[in-house]
Amino acid sequence: MQPLTNKAQAVNRAPMSFWERLYLINIIKGMFITFSHMFKKQPTIRYPEQKREFSHVFRGLHVLNRDEAGRERCTACGLCAVACPAEAITMEAAERQDGEENLYREEKYAAKYEINMLRCIFCGLCEEACPKDAIYLSETFAPANYTRKGFIYGKEDLLIPNPTTEAAAFAAAKGVEA
Amino acid sequence: MTLLSFDWAFIIEKLIMIAIIVFASLGIALYTTFGERKVAAILQDRPGPSRAGPFGLLQPLADGLKLISKEEIIPSHANKWLFILGPGLAMTASLMTCAVIPWSTAVDVFGRHVELQVADVNIGLLYVFAVVSMGVYGIMIGGWASNNKFSLMSALRAASQAISYELAMGLALIALLMTTGSLSLKTIVEQQVSGNWWNIVYQPLGFLLFFVAALAECNRTPFDLPEAENELNFGYHQEYSSMKLGFYLFAEYINMIMSSAIMASMYFGGYDLPFFNEASVAPNIAALIGVGTLLIKIVLFIFLFMWIRWTIPRFRYDQLMNLGWKTMIPLALFNLLLTGAVILAKL
Repeated sequence: MQPLTNKAQAVNRAPMSFWERLYLINIIKGMFITFSHMFKKQPTIRYPEQKREFSHVFRGLHVLNRDEAGRERCTACGLCAVACPAEAITMEAAERQDGEENLYREEKYAAKYEINMLRCIFCGLCEEACPKDAIYLSETFAPANYTRKGFIYGKEDLLIPNPTTEAAAFAAAKGVEA
Repeated sequence: MTLLSFDWAFIIEKLIMIAIIVFASLGIALYTTFGERKVAAILQDRPGPSRAGPFGLLQPLADGLKLISKEEIIPSHANKWLFILGPGLAMTASLMTCAVIPWSTAVDVFGRHVELQVADVNIGLLYVFAVVSMGVYGIMIGGWASNNKFSLMSALRAASQAISYELAMGLALIALLMTTGSLSLKTIVEQQVSGNWWNIVYQPLGFLLFFVAALAECNRTPFDLPEAENELNFGYHQEYSSMKLGFYLFAEYINMIMSSAIMASMYFGGYDLPFFNEASVAPNIAALIGVGTLLIKIVLFIFLFMWIRWTIPRFRYDQLMNLGWKTMIPLALFNLLLTGAVILAKL
């Protein structure tokens, strides 16, 4: 086979010279290499205090969106569940009653909306499938939990804070617009 | 009544000294474990333990607490007495070494002339050798009593390694004794303090051999075959838990400190601070400076030990034996002959 790069080197099989067999000089060389590492910059990020910036296209935990008036956008059409390759999304639809117009944007809404974060592969297909701009993937990841049950996120975990009543929390949850 | 007519002040003085030295060595060993982790981390571009206390300084205490509070397990097939004896022996042997190390010049305490050395034995170095070779019994007994193949293998390795390298160590030392003419560590240090040169100048090859042999005796990398995490699952302390394991680990670090102290005393002038006239200050201050100097030398040696550990990989077993028998011992004999020839030529 033709070499693809010019980086290949033939293995040196020549017998070791006296100084090489002595090993001592090579030990000292090696020790200088390790010593020089004492002055190198450490790439460590001290996690809980410092956090690595996620990329803008990072796909993390899901957020169920609200519109400007604080109404849930989701209409429980089930397209996200259909699109989901990991079958992580379950939902139950309910009809909006009179007097609930300030809660739900459409006439039908998701009474129950669950995502199993252990099944989810964070592919973002739900985000693409949604016709109502109701679900999107944020820039955080699922924290550790003691039980499997704890990884099934319900509506109370997923819904974004209400922009009319909790504007600051809403902005924080919304994060940076990509 | 004649039996009770001790010099009580002398006994109390020595007991206090023993207590100080033992606890100081334990404290230093505690922080040597911390130093080991820090040095390893810094050499590998990591910050190392940094959570417990400022700069992670409380980490050794947390480690000790963990070791003490862990469950003590004695395997059902183990020989119980020997299993308990092993770590105790390892610890005792490594602590006993510090008895003959001269820490500094004498101090005056309440008009009493106190030598900063537990015992100035005239066969000090011989005593060190006797005790160091006892240290291997701790490993041997621990490995044997664990009734575990890996532990036994490691104990065998430790024993053969210690025997092989003690020979080279002893031969390197005889060359030093030929130049100094004394086995007492105090006398050897005093010669270096009063003379112009440290012994390293007269015995560079001897020091190199002694240093390599000391690495082997302390079971430090590249000679850590008895522990060999990836081959023997930690070797002789595999079955140990709780503070018994702690004793083994501690004994290793105390061995390191003691061999550093002995090397500093024998080849690097002990408590001698170069270009400094001890007579120019008060004796107590001179003694303090001496202790500080010796401690700095010890710390430098320990750093060297660690530096080597995080640079060189472990030797293979046959390489270890080849180096010990076919290289170190002939070199030590050559060094002996050379020293003898030079002494004869000078006469």
